[in-house]
Amino acid sequence: MNEPEQQYPGIAAALGELVKRDLSLVVKRPGDVLNPLFFFGMVAALFPLAVGPAAEQLQFSGPGVLWVAALLAALLSLNSLFLADFEDGSLEQLLVSPVPLSAMALGKSIAHWLTSGLPLVIVSPVVAMTYQMSLAVTGVLMLTLLLGTVSLSLLGSIGAALTVGLHRGTALLSLLILPLAMPVLIFGARTVSLVAAGDGVAGGLYFLAAYAMLMISISPFATAAALRISNE
Amino acid sequence: MSIKLNGSGLTLYRGDRCLFKDLEFALNPGEMLLLEGKNGSGKTSLLRAIAGLIELESGTVLWNDEPVENERQVFCNSMVWMSHKVGFKGDLTLVDNLRFESSLRLPSGRELDEVLRQLGLSRLKRLPLRSLSAGQQRRVALARMLLAAAPLWMMDEPASNLDAEGRELVGSLLASHLGNGGMAIVAAHQDVEIDVPTHRIRLQ
Repeated sequence: MNEPEQQYPGIAAALGELVKRDLSLVVKRPGDVLNPLFFFGMVAALFPLAVGPAAEQLQFSGPGVLWVAALLAALLSLNSLFLADFEDGSLEQLLVSPVPLSAMALGKSIAHWLTSGLPLVIVSPVVAMTYQMSLAVTGVLMLTLLLGTVSLSLLGSIGAALTVGLHRGTALLSLLILPLAMPVLIFGARTVSLVAAGDGVAGGLYFLAAYAMLMISISPFATAAALRISNE
Repeated sequence: MSIKLNGSGLTLYRGDRCLFKDLEFALNPGEMLLLEGKNGSGKTSLLRAIAGLIELESGTVLWNDEPVENERQVFCNSMVWMSHKVGFKGDLTLVDNLRFESSLRLPSGRELDEVLRQLGLSRLKRLPLRSLSAGQQRRVALARMLLAAAPLWMMDEPASNLDAEGRELVGSLLASHLGNGGMAIVAAHQDVEIDVPTHRIRLQ
Protein backbone atom coordinates (compact mmCIF):
# COMPACT_ATOMS: atom_id res chain seq x y z
CA MET A 1 0.00 0.00 0.00
CA ASN A 2 1.34 3.39 -0.91
CA GLU A 3 1.35 5.86 1.90
CA PRO A 4 -0.05 9.27 1.07
CA GLU A 5 2.60 11.91 0.53
CA GLN A 6 3.26 13.72 3.76
CA GLN A 7 2.51 17.42 3.68
CA TYR A 8 4.47 20.10 5.50
CA PRO A 9 3.85 23.76 6.16
CA GLY A 10 5.56 26.00 3.59
CA ILE A 11 9.04 27.14 4.56
CA ALA A 12 8.98 30.45 2.71
CA ALA A 13 5.57 31.34 4.12
CA ALA A 14 6.66 30.55 7.69
CA LEU A 15 9.88 32.52 7.25
CA GLY A 16 7.92 35.49 5.91
CA GLU A 17 5.46 35.32 8.79
CA LEU A 18 8.31 35.22 11.31
CA VAL A 19 9.96 38.31 9.81
CA LYS A 20 6.59 40.05 9.74
CA ARG A 21 5.93 39.15 13.38
CA ASP A 22 9.31 40.41 14.54
CA LEU A 23 8.88 43.65 12.61
CA SER A 24 5.45 44.26 14.09
CA LEU A 25 6.90 43.60 17.56
CA VAL A 26 9.51 46.28 16.91
CA VAL A 27 6.80 48.70 15.86
CA LYS A 28 5.13 48.06 19.23
CA ARG A 29 8.45 48.58 21.05
CA PRO A 30 10.66 50.91 19.06
CA GLY A 31 13.12 51.30 21.95
CA ASP A 32 14.97 48.13 20.99
CA VAL A 33 15.85 49.63 17.61
CA LEU A 34 16.41 53.18 18.74
CA ASN A 35 18.88 52.39 21.52
CA PRO A 36 21.72 51.04 19.34
CA LEU A 37 21.01 53.71 16.73
CA PHE A 38 21.22 56.39 19.39
CA PHE A 39 24.48 54.88 20.62
CA PHE A 40 25.91 54.95 17.10
CA GLY A 41 24.92 58.57 16.58
CA MET A 42 26.22 59.62 19.97
CA VAL A 43 29.67 58.06 19.64
CA ALA A 44 30.03 59.44 16.15
CA ALA A 45 28.92 62.92 17.17
CA LEU A 46 31.00 63.13 20.35
CA PHE A 47 34.27 62.07 18.78
CA PRO A 48 34.81 65.27 16.72
CA LEU A 49 34.08 67.33 19.83
CA ALA A 50 36.85 65.50 21.68
CA VAL A 51 39.58 65.55 19.03
CA GLY A 52 38.88 68.97 17.55
CA PRO A 53 37.31 70.19 14.33
CA ALA A 54 40.36 70.11 12.00
CA ALA A 55 39.05 68.79 8.68
CA GLU A 56 41.95 66.52 7.71
CA GLN A 57 42.11 64.90 11.13
CA LEU A 58 38.39 64.12 10.99
CA GLN A 59 38.60 62.84 7.43
CA PHE A 60 41.52 60.65 8.47
CA SER A 61 39.92 59.09 11.55
CA GLY A 62 36.29 59.18 10.39
CA PRO A 63 36.07 55.76 8.69
CA GLY A 64 37.63 53.98 11.65
CA VAL A 65 35.50 55.72 14.27
CA LEU A 66 32.27 55.19 12.35
CA TRP A 67 33.03 51.54 11.79
CA VAL A 68 33.92 50.88 15.41
CA ALA A 69 30.74 52.65 16.50
CA ALA A 70 28.72 50.59 14.03
CA LEU A 71 30.25 47.33 15.25
CA LEU A 72 29.57 48.15 18.90
CA ALA A 73 26.03 49.25 18.08
CA ALA A 74 25.45 45.92 16.34
CA LEU A 75 26.80 44.03 19.36
CA LEU A 76 24.53 46.01 21.64
CA SER A 77 21.45 44.88 19.74
CA LEU A 78 22.46 41.23 19.47
CA ASN A 79 21.87 40.25 23.07
CA SER A 80 18.11 40.63 22.73
CA LEU A 81 17.90 38.66 19.47
CA PHE A 82 16.58 35.44 21.00
CA LEU A 83 16.12 36.50 24.62
CA ALA A 84 12.44 37.47 24.46
CA ASP A 85 11.57 34.36 22.44
CA PHE A 86 13.44 32.21 24.94
CA GLU A 87 11.70 33.72 27.93
CA ASP A 88 8.12 33.62 26.66
CA GLY A 89 8.47 30.10 25.25
CA SER A 90 7.91 30.96 21.61
CA LEU A 91 11.42 29.73 20.81
CA GLU A 92 10.36 26.32 22.10
CA GLN A 93 7.42 26.37 19.73
CA LEU A 94 9.82 27.00 16.84
CA LEU A 95 11.96 24.07 18.00
CA VAL A 96 9.06 21.61 17.90
CA SER A 97 7.61 22.95 14.67
CA PRO A 98 7.98 20.93 11.44
CA VAL A 99 9.41 24.01 9.73
CA PRO A 100 13.21 23.55 9.61
CA LEU A 101 14.82 25.48 12.45
CA SER A 102 17.55 26.81 10.16
CA ALA A 103 14.90 28.61 8.11
CA MET A 104 13.52 30.16 11.27
CA ALA A 105 17.06 31.17 12.31
CA LEU A 106 17.53 32.85 8.96
CA GLY A 107 14.22 34.65 9.47
CA LYS A 108 15.37 35.94 12.85
CA SER A 109 18.62 37.20 11.29
CA ILE A 110 16.76 38.92 8.48
CA ALA A 111 14.43 40.63 10.94
CA HIS A 112 17.42 41.63 13.06
CA TRP A 113 19.22 43.13 10.08
CA LEU A 114 16.12 45.01 8.94
CA THR A 115 15.73 46.56 12.38
CA SER A 116 19.38 47.14 13.32
CA GLY A 117 21.68 46.99 10.28
CA LEU A 118 19.52 48.79 7.77
CA PRO A 119 18.69 51.78 10.03
CA LEU A 120 22.43 52.14 10.68
CA VAL A 121 23.13 52.29 6.95
CA ILE A 122 20.35 54.83 6.50
CA VAL A 123 21.55 57.25 9.18
CA SER A 124 25.24 56.90 8.29
CA PRO A 125 25.26 59.71 5.63
CA VAL A 126 23.97 62.15 8.24
CA VAL A 127 26.70 61.10 10.66
CA ALA A 128 29.31 61.15 7.88
CA MET A 129 28.67 64.87 7.42
CA THR A 130 30.17 65.44 10.87
CA TYR A 131 33.42 64.06 9.49
CA GLN A 132 33.31 66.22 6.38
CA MET A 133 33.29 63.21 4.09
CA SER A 134 32.81 63.81 0.40
CA LEU A 135 29.86 62.35 -1.44
CA ALA A 136 31.94 59.55 -2.97
CA VAL A 137 33.37 58.54 0.40
CA THR A 138 29.92 58.60 1.99
CA GLY A 139 28.65 56.34 -0.79
CA VAL A 140 31.38 53.78 -0.15
CA LEU A 141 30.81 54.04 3.60
CA MET A 142 27.16 53.15 3.08
CA LEU A 143 28.06 50.30 0.80
CA THR A 144 30.57 48.80 3.25
CA LEU A 145 28.11 49.19 6.12
CA LEU A 146 25.40 47.55 4.03
CA LEU A 147 27.55 44.48 3.37
CA GLY A 148 29.18 44.50 6.80
CA THR A 149 26.00 44.69 8.85
CA VAL A 150 24.56 41.71 6.96
CA SER A 151 27.59 39.69 8.09
CA LEU A 152 27.33 41.02 11.63
CA SER A 153 23.64 40.13 11.98
CA LEU A 154 24.23 36.60 10.71
CA LEU A 155 27.41 36.04 12.67
CA GLY A 156 25.87 37.58 15.76
CA SER A 157 22.86 35.29 15.64
CA ILE A 158 25.18 32.30 16.17
CA GLY A 159 26.63 33.92 19.29
CA ALA A 160 23.23 35.06 20.51
CA ALA A 161 21.88 31.53 20.10
CA LEU A 162 24.78 30.05 22.05
CA THR A 163 24.42 32.46 24.96
CA VAL A 164 20.63 32.72 25.15
CA GLY A 165 20.27 30.31 28.04
CA LEU A 166 22.90 32.08 30.13
CA HIS A 167 22.15 34.95 32.43
CA ARG A 168 24.15 38.04 31.60
CA GLY A 169 25.71 36.48 28.55
CA THR A 170 26.58 39.85 27.00
CA ALA A 171 30.30 39.75 27.77
CA LEU A 172 30.59 36.17 26.58
CA LEU A 173 28.66 37.01 23.43
CA SER A 174 31.11 39.83 22.61
CA LEU A 175 34.05 37.57 23.28
CA LEU A 176 32.67 34.93 20.93
CA ILE A 177 31.71 37.30 18.15
CA LEU A 178 34.47 39.90 18.09
CA PRO A 179 37.32 37.75 16.72
CA LEU A 180 35.16 36.61 13.82
CA ALA A 181 33.91 40.15 13.25
CA MET A 182 37.43 41.58 12.94
CA PRO A 183 37.75 40.98 9.17
CA VAL A 184 34.53 42.92 8.66
CA LEU A 185 35.79 45.82 10.75
CA ILE A 186 39.24 45.91 9.14
CA PHE A 187 38.06 45.62 5.57
CA GLY A 188 35.11 47.94 6.14
CA ALA A 189 37.12 50.75 7.67
CA ARG A 190 40.12 50.34 5.35
CA THR A 191 38.00 50.38 2.23
CA VAL A 192 36.49 53.71 3.24
CA SER A 193 39.96 55.09 4.06
CA LEU A 194 41.24 53.93 0.67
CA VAL A 195 38.53 55.69 -1.28
CA ALA A 196 39.19 58.83 0.76
CA ALA A 197 42.84 58.57 -0.33
CA GLY A 198 41.78 58.15 -3.94
CA ASP A 199 42.52 54.41 -4.29
CA GLY A 200 40.39 51.64 -5.73
CA VAL A 201 37.76 50.02 -3.52
CA ALA A 202 36.65 46.98 -5.50
CA GLY A 203 38.86 44.54 -3.58
CA GLY A 204 37.52 45.53 -0.18
CA LEU A 205 33.92 45.44 -1.34
CA TYR A 206 34.40 42.03 -2.91
CA PHE A 207 35.82 40.73 0.33
CA LEU A 208 32.92 42.10 2.36
CA ALA A 209 30.46 40.62 -0.11
CA ALA A 210 32.21 37.26 0.02
CA TYR A 211 32.17 37.28 3.81
CA ALA A 212 28.46 38.07 3.81
CA MET A 213 27.86 35.17 1.41
CA LEU A 214 29.84 32.83 3.63
CA MET A 215 27.78 33.90 6.63
CA ILE A 216 24.48 33.48 4.77
CA SER A 217 25.43 29.90 3.94
CA ILE A 218 26.77 28.93 7.38
CA SER A 219 24.92 30.98 9.95
CA PRO A 220 21.37 29.54 9.71
CA PHE A 221 22.61 26.01 10.35
CA ALA A 222 25.06 26.99 13.08
CA THR A 223 22.38 29.11 14.77
CA ALA A 224 19.86 26.27 14.62
CA ALA A 225 22.35 23.85 16.19
CA ALA A 226 23.23 26.38 18.88
CA LEU A 227 19.55 26.98 19.69
CA ARG A 228 18.95 23.26 20.22
CA ILE A 229 21.88 23.11 22.64
CA SER A 230 20.84 26.24 24.53
CA ASN A 231 17.33 24.91 25.02
CA GLU A 232 18.32 21.66 26.70
CA MET B 1 -2.65 5.19 8.05
CA SER B 2 -2.45 4.05 11.62
CA ILE B 3 -0.10 5.85 13.93
CA LYS B 4 1.72 4.79 17.02
CA LEU B 5 4.32 6.05 19.43
CA ASN B 6 6.66 3.81 21.37
CA GLY B 7 9.42 4.45 23.82
CA SER B 8 11.90 1.92 25.08
CA GLY B 9 14.77 2.03 27.52
CA LEU B 10 14.30 5.74 28.19
CA THR B 11 16.90 6.90 30.68
CA LEU B 12 17.78 10.41 31.77
CA TYR B 13 20.16 11.77 34.36
CA ARG B 14 20.28 15.32 35.59
CA GLY B 15 23.69 15.86 37.14
CA ASP B 16 24.25 12.58 38.96
CA ARG B 17 20.60 12.15 39.85
CA CYS B 18 18.66 9.55 37.91
CA LEU B 19 15.28 10.96 36.87
CA PHE B 20 14.06 7.81 35.19
CA LYS B 21 15.61 4.60 33.97
CA ASP B 22 14.57 2.04 31.36
CA LEU B 23 11.08 3.43 30.91
CA GLU B 24 8.84 1.77 28.36
CA PHE B 25 5.59 2.95 26.88
CA ALA B 26 3.39 2.27 23.89
CA LEU B 27 0.68 4.58 22.69
CA ASN B 28 -1.97 3.85 20.07
CA PRO B 29 -4.70 6.02 18.56
CA GLY B 30 -7.35 6.99 21.10
CA GLU B 31 -5.07 6.41 24.06
CA MET B 32 -3.59 8.76 26.58
CA LEU B 33 -0.31 8.52 28.43
CA LEU B 34 -0.45 10.16 31.83
CA LEU B 35 2.83 11.11 33.49
CA GLU B 36 2.35 11.37 37.23
CA GLY B 37 4.59 12.28 40.08
CA LYS B 38 5.22 15.04 42.53
CA ASN B 39 6.95 18.31 41.73
CA GLY B 40 10.52 17.84 40.58
CA SER B 41 10.06 14.15 39.83
CA GLY B 42 10.98 14.62 36.18
CA LYS B 43 7.57 14.72 34.47
CA THR B 44 8.45 17.76 32.43
CA SER B 45 11.89 16.37 31.59
CA LEU B 46 10.36 13.15 30.31
CA LEU B 47 7.85 15.09 28.24
CA ARG B 48 10.57 17.33 26.83
CA ALA B 49 12.74 14.30 26.08
CA ILE B 50 9.93 12.62 24.14
CA ALA B 51 9.39 15.86 22.23
CA GLY B 52 13.08 15.92 21.38
CA LEU B 53 13.84 19.10 23.30
CA ILE B 54 16.38 17.40 25.52
CA GLU B 55 18.61 14.51 24.68
CA LEU B 56 18.10 11.19 26.45
CA GLU B 57 20.98 9.42 28.14
CA SER B 58 19.87 6.28 26.35
CA GLY B 59 16.75 4.78 24.83
CA THR B 60 14.73 5.59 21.74
CA VAL B 61 11.36 7.08 20.97
CA LEU B 62 9.75 5.55 17.89
CA TRP B 63 7.09 7.25 15.82
CA ASN B 64 5.50 4.65 13.51
CA ASP B 65 8.50 2.39 14.20
CA GLU B 66 10.92 5.05 13.01
CA PRO B 67 13.29 6.67 15.56
CA VAL B 68 12.19 10.28 15.93
CA GLU B 69 15.71 11.68 15.72
CA ASN B 70 15.98 10.28 12.19
CA GLU B 71 12.62 11.65 11.17
CA ARG B 72 12.34 14.83 13.20
CA GLN B 73 10.28 16.68 10.63
CA VAL B 74 7.75 13.88 10.31
CA PHE B 75 7.40 13.65 14.08
CA CYS B 76 7.16 17.41 14.62
CA ASN B 77 4.53 17.54 11.90
CA SER B 78 2.41 15.11 13.93
CA MET B 79 2.79 16.80 17.28
CA VAL B 80 1.72 19.96 19.00
CA TRP B 81 3.36 21.07 22.19
CA MET B 82 1.94 22.91 25.19
CA SER B 83 4.44 23.76 27.89
CA HIS B 84 4.05 25.79 31.05
CA LYS B 85 5.17 28.83 29.06
CA VAL B 86 2.40 29.75 26.65
CA GLY B 87 4.81 30.72 23.87
CA PHE B 88 2.96 33.77 22.61
CA LYS B 89 4.00 37.38 22.17
CA GLY B 90 2.45 39.61 24.81
CA ASP B 91 2.54 42.69 22.59
CA LEU B 92 0.54 41.11 19.79
CA THR B 93 -3.15 40.37 19.76
CA LEU B 94 -4.57 36.92 20.18
CA VAL B 95 -5.46 36.73 16.49
CA ASP B 96 -2.02 37.89 15.32
CA ASN B 97 -0.35 35.33 17.57
CA LEU B 98 -2.51 32.49 16.31
CA ARG B 99 -2.08 33.58 12.71
CA PHE B 100 1.69 33.39 13.06
CA GLU B 101 1.40 30.00 14.77
CA SER B 102 -0.76 28.70 11.95
CA SER B 103 2.14 29.20 9.52
CA LEU B 104 4.23 26.82 11.63
CA ARG B 105 1.88 23.85 11.40
CA LEU B 106 -0.59 22.27 9.05
CA PRO B 107 -4.09 23.59 9.73
CA SER B 108 -6.76 21.31 11.15
CA GLY B 109 -9.43 23.04 9.10
CA ARG B 110 -11.32 24.32 12.12
CA GLU B 111 -12.55 27.90 11.90
CA LEU B 112 -10.72 30.36 14.14
CA ASP B 113 -13.95 32.06 15.26
CA GLU B 114 -15.52 28.72 16.07
CA VAL B 115 -12.52 27.65 18.17
CA LEU B 116 -12.40 30.95 20.03
CA ARG B 117 -16.10 30.71 20.84
CA GLN B 118 -15.66 27.18 22.11
CA LEU B 119 -12.87 28.36 24.41
CA GLY B 120 -14.72 31.47 25.53
CA LEU B 121 -12.19 33.85 24.00
CA SER B 122 -14.30 35.60 21.37
CA ARG B 123 -14.47 38.90 23.22
CA LEU B 124 -10.69 39.08 23.67
CA LYS B 125 -9.72 38.84 20.01
CA ARG B 126 -8.40 42.35 19.59
CA LEU B 127 -6.60 42.68 22.91
CA PRO B 128 -2.83 42.37 23.25
CA LEU B 129 -2.10 39.04 24.87
CA ARG B 130 -0.35 40.53 27.90
CA SER B 131 -3.62 42.03 29.08
CA LEU B 132 -5.16 38.56 29.35
CA SER B 133 -5.06 36.65 32.62
CA ALA B 134 -2.82 33.61 33.01
CA GLY B 135 -5.81 31.31 32.70
CA GLN B 136 -7.04 33.04 29.57
CA GLN B 137 -3.56 32.72 28.06
CA ARG B 138 -3.69 28.99 28.75
CA ARG B 139 -6.93 28.88 26.81
CA VAL B 140 -5.20 30.56 23.87
CA ALA B 141 -2.58 27.82 24.05
CA LEU B 142 -5.46 25.32 23.80
CA ALA B 143 -6.62 27.16 20.68
CA ARG B 144 -3.21 26.47 19.14
CA MET B 145 -3.77 22.75 19.67
CA LEU B 146 -7.25 22.81 18.17
CA LEU B 147 -6.09 24.74 15.10
CA ALA B 148 -3.21 22.39 14.31
CA ALA B 149 -3.71 19.13 12.40
CA ALA B 150 -1.56 17.08 14.74
CA PRO B 151 -2.63 13.72 16.12
CA LEU B 152 -0.29 13.85 19.10
CA TRP B 153 -0.93 16.39 21.85
CA MET B 154 1.84 16.87 24.37
CA MET B 155 0.70 18.85 27.38
CA ASP B 156 2.62 19.91 30.45
CA GLU B 157 0.22 20.60 33.34
CA PRO B 158 -2.68 21.58 31.09
CA ALA B 159 -4.88 22.41 34.07
CA SER B 160 -2.55 24.91 35.72
CA ASN B 161 -3.96 28.41 36.13
CA LEU B 162 -7.36 27.25 34.91
CA ASP B 163 -10.60 27.54 36.86
CA ALA B 164 -12.92 24.58 37.42
CA GLU B 165 -14.76 25.32 34.20
CA GLY B 166 -11.46 25.52 32.32
CA ARG B 167 -10.29 22.19 33.71
CA GLU B 168 -13.54 20.63 32.59
CA LEU B 169 -12.95 22.14 29.17
CA VAL B 170 -9.47 20.61 28.95
CA GLY B 171 -10.99 17.24 29.86
CA SER B 172 -13.69 17.45 27.22
CA LEU B 173 -11.27 18.67 24.53
CA LEU B 174 -8.92 15.81 25.33
CA ALA B 175 -11.77 13.33 25.29
CA SER B 176 -13.01 14.46 21.90
CA HIS B 177 -9.46 14.59 20.48
CA LEU B 178 -8.81 11.03 21.63
CA GLY B 179 -12.26 9.98 20.47
CA ASN B 180 -11.30 11.10 16.97
CA GLY B 181 -8.26 8.83 16.98
CA GLY B 182 -5.78 11.27 18.42
CA MET B 183 -3.19 10.60 21.09
CA ALA B 184 -2.07 12.60 24.08
CA ILE B 185 0.79 12.62 26.53
CA VAL B 186 -0.12 14.63 29.60
CA ALA B 187 2.07 15.48 32.56
CA ALA B 188 -0.07 16.32 35.54
CA HIS B 189 0.20 16.20 39.30
CA GLN B 190 -3.52 15.85 39.67
CA ASP B 191 -5.62 13.24 38.00
CA VAL B 192 -7.16 13.99 34.63
CA GLU B 193 -10.59 12.45 34.92
CA ILE B 194 -11.70 11.37 31.51
CA ASP B 195 -12.97 8.05 30.37
CA VAL B 196 -10.39 6.91 27.83
CA PRO B 197 -7.82 4.12 27.73
CA THR B 198 -5.02 5.52 29.85
CA HIS B 199 -1.47 4.35 30.40
CA ARG B 200 0.23 5.67 33.48
CA ILE B 201 3.85 6.30 34.27
CA ARG B 202 4.50 7.23 37.87
CA LEU B 203 7.83 8.92 38.43
CA GLN B 204 9.46 8.75 41.84
